Amino acid sequence: MQHDDVIWDVIGNRAFCSFKVKTKVQNFCRNEYNITGLCNRSSCPLANSQYATIREEKGQCFLYMKVIERAAFPARMWEKVKLSKNYEKALEQIDQNLIYWPRFIRHKCKQRFTKITQYLIRIRKLTLKRQRKLVPLSRKVEAREKRKEEKALIAAQLDNAIEKELLERLKQGTYGDIYNFPIHAFDKALEHQDEESETDSEEEEEEDDEDVGKKEFVAEDEIEESDLNHSHFDRVEEDESEEEMEEEPEASGSKGKMPLKGAVFRKKRAYVEIEYEQEMEPVPKSKAT
Amino acid sequence: MDVVEEHDIQDKHTKKKTKKPKKQPKPPHENGNDSMIEKTEPEHVDAPAEFSFPPTFSVSEIKNKQRRHLMFMKLKQEKRKQKVAIKKKKKKERDALGDKAPPKEVPKTIENQRVYDETTVNPEDEEVAFDEGTDEFSAYFNRLTNPKVLITTSDRPRGRTVRFCNQLATVIPDAHVYYRRGLALKKVIPQCIARGFTYLMVINEDRKVPNGMVLCHLPDGPTAHFKVSSVRLRKEMKRRGKDPTEHSPEVILNNFTTRLGHSMGRLFAALFPHDPQFVGRQVATFHNQRDFIFFRFHRYIFKNEKRVGIQELGPRFTLKLRSLQKGTFDSKFGEYEWVLKRHENDVCRRRFNL
Repeated sequence: MQHDDVIWDVIGNRAFCSFKVKTKVQNFCRNEYNITGLCNRSSCPLANSQYATIREEKGQCFLYMKVIERAAFPARMWEKVKLSKNYEKALEQIDQNLIYWPRFIRHKCKQRFTKITQYLIRIRKLTLKRQRKLVPLSRKVEAREKRKEEKALIAAQLDNAIEKELLERLKQGTYGDIYNFPIHAFDKALEHQDEESETDSEEEEEEDDEDVGKKEFVAEDEIEESDLNHSHFDRVEEDESEEEMEEEPEASGSKGKMPLKGAVFRKKRAYVEIEYEQEMEPVPKSKAT
Repeated sequence: MDVVEEHDIQDKHTKKKTKKPKKQPKPPHENGNDSMIEKTEPEHVDAPAEFSFPPTFSVSEIKNKQRRHLMFMKLKQEKRKQKVAIKKKKKKERDALGDKAPPKEVPKTIENQRVYDETTVNPEDEEVAFDEGTDEFSAYFNRLTNPKVLITTSDRPRGRTVRFCNQLATVIPDAHVYYRRGLALKKVIPQCIARGFTYLMVINEDRKVPNGMVLCHLPDGPTAHFKVSSVRLRKEMKRRGKDPTEHSPEVILNNFTTRLGHSMGRLFAALFPHDPQFVGRQVATFHNQRDFIFFRFHRYIFKNEKRVGIQELGPRFTLKLRSLQKGTFDSKFGEYEWVLKRHENDVCRRRFNL
């Protein structure tokens, strides 16, 4: 005989119940057949002979009813009824099966069934949306990769590589006439006399124009040649650089840099000119040929 | 014999440790003692003879940890000395020969020893040229389309990622940053195509730090998935220049040698407009080294025709290619052209794919 009150008195109030979870305000019941999840006199599956629940398995809802006659055989105690997938039909099924059962259990069963169907719908909706895939990282592998990256960075010597590439491009003339460094190209033309000479010849023509004015000077005053040419070049080069300066402020529009750059350019220009001066000697020879 | 020797040596060591360099006047060990105390003399030809270990001797067989440690240190010192001696000898020989000396040996590096990849592209390869004339990037390289980039993130980006996206948008001209509101990429892509974007860049984030990038070329182009590491934002750069201007930067692509590397190079090149504005003097570099692609953004200035100064602006990061997929983004049914398989690269340290 099942004495519900006695059972409840023991497990609910006095002694230990392994399914009971006590919190500060409330008690919960962890029994999987519990209909509400709370630890109450009316919700305890152990302390009620007449008891029913709804449980869900892989998207299928079942109505479980306790048959107290089989209390001695706990494995066979619960009877399972498969509920229809249609919500209304399932509710009717619950009503049919739990006819003449206490109001409380019928009501709670229906409530539980509603909740379950709602969360099943949500699961189906979520699976259609984007699912984030978590990829586990192995600490060892990550550390190894990090180390490899550091070594690769050292081996890369990025700054040097970039500078080399830029200078290569300058030599090949991808920048056109923006930068006026004709000397190197001039040397190349003298040494190799390759295809590069086509671009260099333009530069040579520019120099010719300059020379035309000065050639007379050179011929006449050979003693003061260096001084005169030097001073002349100073002025000419500065004019050129000034022209460049005027172009660039309009084009780039970055104001902070311009005056600095101009100063740099001018100083460097002066420096370059001295070398230029020395290189000018071969010019007459090439022109002769 | 061995035991006795060890014992004596041990004694000397302990005595040294107590900072009393007693010169023990034991004739058989005298030279050895000198060599121990006067470590600065590299060439002490007699000393190694004294301490030359019998051939079957191994440091690891000594059970006493302290003694073992001492013997090991001594072994190391001996080896170092020998190494220095060899070096000196070589240098002497080289000086003696003068001009006739054989050329200096080039040290082995991983780049030197790299396993030859059969997909390395030969510059004159016609097949590759033909492929590139008809692949997805041909539209860009034939100047039919201008690049337009959409930058977005994964869900709920944190501050660092957002800032990174913004800085990327300043580096790449004609780039737009959009907030990802939990949209599915497969739905985003047709909309992008409709609005004329050529690239979709998605920065993936993990633990408040960007760690992945999906770069999808839009009309029907390949999708590349990268692992992003070492992201440095502009604030964290030392000695950086002012913010980048609106000019189109030049692009430098280094070391993309294999067929896969080639397609990667084209992928990166197509991000930027065809004609760089040299007035801006800005350059974006993608440098491949051992399968890591380093991105840098600099401003350069030519001081003279032999020297150029560069100043780093802009963010920097490194990429590692994880997979290259043929169509637009479709992780389930996409056809993968190449996938990083770790065990392939673990076999040989000198094998690289890019």
